[in-house]
Amino acid sequence: MNIAVLSGKGGTGKTTISTNLALALNANYIDCDVEEPNGFLFLKPNIDNTKKVMVEYPVIDEDKCTDCGACVDVCQFNALASTGNGILLFEKLCHGCGACKIPCKYGALDYAEREVGRIQRGMGHGINCSRGILNVGEPMAVPVIRSILRNLEGRLNIIDCPPGTSCNVVTSLRYADGAVLVTEPTKFGLHDLERAVELVSMFGISFGVIINKDDGEENIVKSYCEDRQIEIIGTIPYSDSIAFAYSKGEMLYTTQDNRVIFDSLARGLGEVLEWT
Amino acid sequence: MKIAISATGQTIDSMLDKRFGRCQYFIIQDTETGEVETVKNNGLTSEGGAGIAASQQLIDEGVDVIITDNLGPNAFEVIERSGIKAYKCDEIAIRYALEKYGNGELLEIQESGPAHHGGH
Repeated sequence: MNIAVLSGKGGTGKTTISTNLALALNANYIDCDVEEPNGFLFLKPNIDNTKKVMVEYPVIDEDKCTDCGACVDVCQFNALASTGNGILLFEKLCHGCGACKIPCKYGALDYAEREVGRIQRGMGHGINCSRGILNVGEPMAVPVIRSILRNLEGRLNIIDCPPGTSCNVVTSLRYADGAVLVTEPTKFGLHDLERAVELVSMFGISFGVIINKDDGEENIVKSYCEDRQIEIIGTIPYSDSIAFAYSKGEMLYTTQDNRVIFDSLARGLGEVLEWT
Repeated sequence: MKIAISATGQTIDSMLDKRFGRCQYFIIQDTETGEVETVKNNGLTSEGGAGIAASQQLIDEGVDVIITDNLGPNAFEVIERSGIKAYKCDEIAIRYALEKYGNGELLEIQESGPAHHGGH
């Protein structure tokens, strides 16, 4: 069972909920927010395994290339240009699809690999932790996310997704059997929750909402969920002490008061996603 | 000689489009025949690499000179390698941009402006 934790809006508490739920459920934690993975700040695993993520890009043999532009015509990502003075390659736009080699009649095009990121693994707080890291300056996160999610093992994996509803989140959801949508009772929180609901609905997987920084009152998120018949897994109260612990990089699950909150969320999650 | 200008509309009375890669149209004037043609910018519908797509289109059109506001880093690299000269112009009607170029009032673009990355 792979459970994606996403939110639409950034800063709603995806990582707080993913890391602490992973502890409560004794699950594997997977940080797919590869542009800014921060789950390891809290779980503090001993990283004992690092693997490079490589992507392919075309290399042009200028002695054989006639600058005919056949490779340029098939590239859907504008990663190649035929200038009249040789082919120019923009490797960061290349998706590594392999199309450009097919129409080359001169055997002038081959592929090489370059590193775009890394996958790190280790044990922290007694659970398996892994994270993807996109190298600084690389615009495409999908290869790193795919690489970390392609070979998931284990009974239960909590996938800490990137914010938003972009390709990066879509890729993460492709590997999920269920989803947790984290939000906060603000207009921004609700607006982006609606987008996240729309996205998750396209995958036809079970999902529920966790409201973070909840005021305990009736609020716009609760009435939205009621209207749309979306299950609320549970809430985390708005609390100075939680914010304080977070700011020091502490796992909330290690204190008694907060453990009760996350054990209850873990039970709620089991009921909403109905896994055994 | 062919001159291409990034444009917001389809006639020489329309305004110069400050964006190169994402402009609506290119208006291309052949200075020998005086003929003017308008082409839709291929970069407009591309997901990424709009500046590269637009540059490639103008290379394929056999353009010698480009008039626009700024070229992004990728477009600049393609244009520079191709040998096409690019000139900077304010947001004015295409007619006047051509006039200014003819009078030698426009400065050549010597370096790229900031990158504008499209969506994912």
